[in-house]
Amino acid sequence: MTIDPHHGIVGKAAPRVDSLAQATGMTRYVDDLSFPGMLHGKILRSTQAHARIVSIDTSAAEALPGVHVVLTGTDLPVPFGLLPVSQDEHALAIDKVRHVGDAVAAVAADDPDIAQRAIDLIEVAYEPLPVVTTITEAVKVTDEPIHREPPRNNRDREMSLEFGDVDAGFEAADHIREDVFFYQGNNHAALETHGAVAVVEEDGRLHVFSATQVPHYLHRILASVLEMPEGRIRVTANPTGGGFGAKTDVFSHELVTAQMARITGRPVKIVLTREEVFYAHRGRHPVLMWVKTGFISDGAITAMSFKTFLDGGAYGSYGAASLLYTGQLQTVTYRIPAYRFQGVRVFTNKPACGPKRGHGTPQPRFALEVHLDKAAEELGLDPITIRKRNLVEPFTSTVNHLRITSCGLSECIDRVVETSGFQDRYRNLPGGRGLGFAVGAYMSGAGLPIYFNDMPQSEVMLKVDRGGGVTVYSMAADCGQGSTTMLATVVGETLGLNPSELVLVTADTDLTPVDLGSYSSRVTFMAGNAALDAALKLADLVLTAVADELNLDPDVVSLGRGVVLAGDREIPWAEAVRIAEAKWGLLVTTGTYKPPKDIKGDYRGAGVGPSPAYSYSACVAEVDCDRETGHVSVERVWLAHDVGRAINPLLVRGQIEGSVHMALGEVLMEEQAFRGALHSGPSLLDYKIPTVLEMPQVESIIVESIDAEGPFGAKEVGQGPLLPVIPAVVNAVHDALGIRIDEIPVRPEKVLAALDDLERGGDGRYGPTDLPNYTFRSPQRVDPPPETVTV
Amino acid sequence: MEPVILTVNGTTRHLFVAPHRTLLETVREDLDLTGTKHGCELGECGACTVLVDGTPILSCLTLTVDVTDAEIVTIEGIGSIAQPHPLQRAFGEYGAAQCGYCTPAMILTAKALLDRDPDPTDEAIEEAIAGNMCRCTGYLAIVRAIASVAETNR
Repeated sequence: MTIDPHHGIVGKAAPRVDSLAQATGMTRYVDDLSFPGMLHGKILRSTQAHARIVSIDTSAAEALPGVHVVLTGTDLPVPFGLLPVSQDEHALAIDKVRHVGDAVAAVAADDPDIAQRAIDLIEVAYEPLPVVTTITEAVKVTDEPIHREPPRNNRDREMSLEFGDVDAGFEAADHIREDVFFYQGNNHAALETHGAVAVVEEDGRLHVFSATQVPHYLHRILASVLEMPEGRIRVTANPTGGGFGAKTDVFSHELVTAQMARITGRPVKIVLTREEVFYAHRGRHPVLMWVKTGFISDGAITAMSFKTFLDGGAYGSYGAASLLYTGQLQTVTYRIPAYRFQGVRVFTNKPACGPKRGHGTPQPRFALEVHLDKAAEELGLDPITIRKRNLVEPFTSTVNHLRITSCGLSECIDRVVETSGFQDRYRNLPGGRGLGFAVGAYMSGAGLPIYFNDMPQSEVMLKVDRGGGVTVYSMAADCGQGSTTMLATVVGETLGLNPSELVLVTADTDLTPVDLGSYSSRVTFMAGNAALDAALKLADLVLTAVADELNLDPDVVSLGRGVVLAGDREIPWAEAVRIAEAKWGLLVTTGTYKPPKDIKGDYRGAGVGPSPAYSYSACVAEVDCDRETGHVSVERVWLAHDVGRAINPLLVRGQIEGSVHMALGEVLMEEQAFRGALHSGPSLLDYKIPTVLEMPQVESIIVESIDAEGPFGAKEVGQGPLLPVIPAVVNAVHDALGIRIDEIPVRPEKVLAALDDLERGGDGRYGPTDLPNYTFRSPQRVDPPPETVTV
Repeated sequence: MEPVILTVNGTTRHLFVAPHRTLLETVREDLDLTGTKHGCELGECGACTVLVDGTPILSCLTLTVDVTDAEIVTIEGIGSIAQPHPLQRAFGEYGAAQCGYCTPAMILTAKALLDRDPDPTDEAIEEAIAGNMCRCTGYLAIVRAIASVAETNR
């Protein structure tokens, strides 16, 4: 059932509820907090990529005046990791370090200068161990695996799945194509670096403020590592200065800040430097990919086999999920009757990778969309036709048991094709200019929580005061995406109240009911639904009380803007809530959201990929390439996104434009690259992100498929629009120059190498050719769901 | 420690600062003007921008002792939540801030531009904010917000 908005609040472009606080400098990010007697912490980080810690001498640091506490690994011996399967990190390294920048010791002192001097006085003796930095090396047998677990290699996780009969599908094909692709890793580069402040409160409880997207998960891990009951710890997530997934993990600095506050009884703050952020990382995985697809001559896919090799860096983090995400969502845009996915994530002596906007899906989406472009050319089809021939249908199941509901992909394609003039201009643009096309899809929230449980994934509470004020309590953390504004809009629309007049209490484990956090694009769908649930219950309490009071049939009582409409009377909201409080007592309602249970299959790995709804996007990119320098300039982007319903079109457009920006950085310039095990440029000077001068004109097209389960029909917008931009640009470079760059980012030197190859009679391709020497297990065979359409 | 006299947001402040103290540290830590942000402390991102004699400068690369005679303006000096500057209002209305971390610096940079050139072209706006990084918006809404204020100057 979709609840239709009728108060004109949902669907109206409106400023964020906190916009004036942001614009006047009032918003309190974690680094803006200070407390009387606050100490400043610093972390000593490993200079070695892989080494045994022989000894740590902290005596000189401890003796330095102004130093209050020095911690090393043995002070916090409990291991942790975001996923139950990845409990492989310590707050500070114990026994050995696994990458340059691994946290080794921490100091809290009267000021940051003293803390830094103390760090410099700590002597660590290392015994170097063999260093592994590439996927090819990491799949080999070794005597010194990065994590000491049999078998003796650096494999973290492997998946091998087969849905339907893939071999039969290839046999039925008229045409088969294979490609190899590589997608380099990159960093979130949120403008605010990570930071935390820990305070021991008057009642002896520990209060940790952090720039985190996931206060609930931080709360759980703090309790575990500090060996304290959760009830003795309060976590407040400050508004973050950008997240993009960077702040969805739990980090050393959060744990040691808390422990140092606990030991000293003094507030302690640690804010990371930009260089530390590049080494703390958890960004996009470098992924090597192989894809083979069978087609019949009209372009219909008969089978697909997809292999991925993920360079995970030194720790598990979200990697088990990242691995599955490189395989699971290919089927959400295209009907693939038989599908094999085999993937492996390896450990290397580099900073750990994790989730970044699109988590594990931009890499395979790039591969798939470029692969389809090449196949279309061979089959004599245009890029639109081959996609339309294979488009997923609404209300179907995919071969890997994902439930597709609302789907505006076809409309997204039509809108960008039409507005960009693609059909007339593709293949017809003059010298160095080209057009490229691609599509994408993303989840509106992961269907399963990080730790297995049957509790709601979002809970919201509303409380009404006697003046008619409504306070919304939710743990959803605003990392800039506008979750607080979304909550205010949903509650405001339901109750007929102005969103800017609601009180929002968010992201605090003492004050707010659980929301799992701002990741997997889950907040609008899940917290939005929980808020809608709570608001509908509140509306019911108020309307019932007014009907009773006036002896009216409840059917003739309804909510208007700021009033209760009761027959021919208009009762102001504040008066109506007093009538309701007199009848019911304290007006508090709660709402919850839990995804339906039937959205996932029954196989190992089925927990990653399901979502209560998928967003869809289509993109046309226009590029202008310089044959002399190899420079690619993106001139214009058309991006249509099926958001279900735009709760606030201003914020939806902002997410589309922001996604385009981040995608352009990834496709053209950004790389988390290493010289050996050293980051090749851990600063924003060397790691370039697009400035305003690199930003093209963006035509944002909002498509509304009105999802039956989303709040007012809404789905996600924070991550999906990034996905098609990257392959659209790469396909446009092919249209412009006739070359194929099968490796992200598309740097000028790669363009020049491909042009050079083309000139010398080659195929004009730049990219990887070989896969590591690695044998996957035989796949787990899974029957397709009965309703899957087969060719 | 050096004695310095600073004029910040119209108020004269008497301070003792270490010779190596940056203006960013002084405004944030000594004067509690936390609207000015640190993003890199190496002059790369622009989040620490303040106005010195009307010119946007990177406060993380500026020593406090070097600006003792100057007029310093931070985001707190151009408007408040009760009486916002037109740029502060426009940034909300045009969705020019998402996480908001680059916003104070963007607004100060835009103010310096509009003070110098009340009706700039979009190209001039882009040129002016090219040294300020934003990771959320893709800049387009920021340009629209600044242009909307410029329009009212016509």
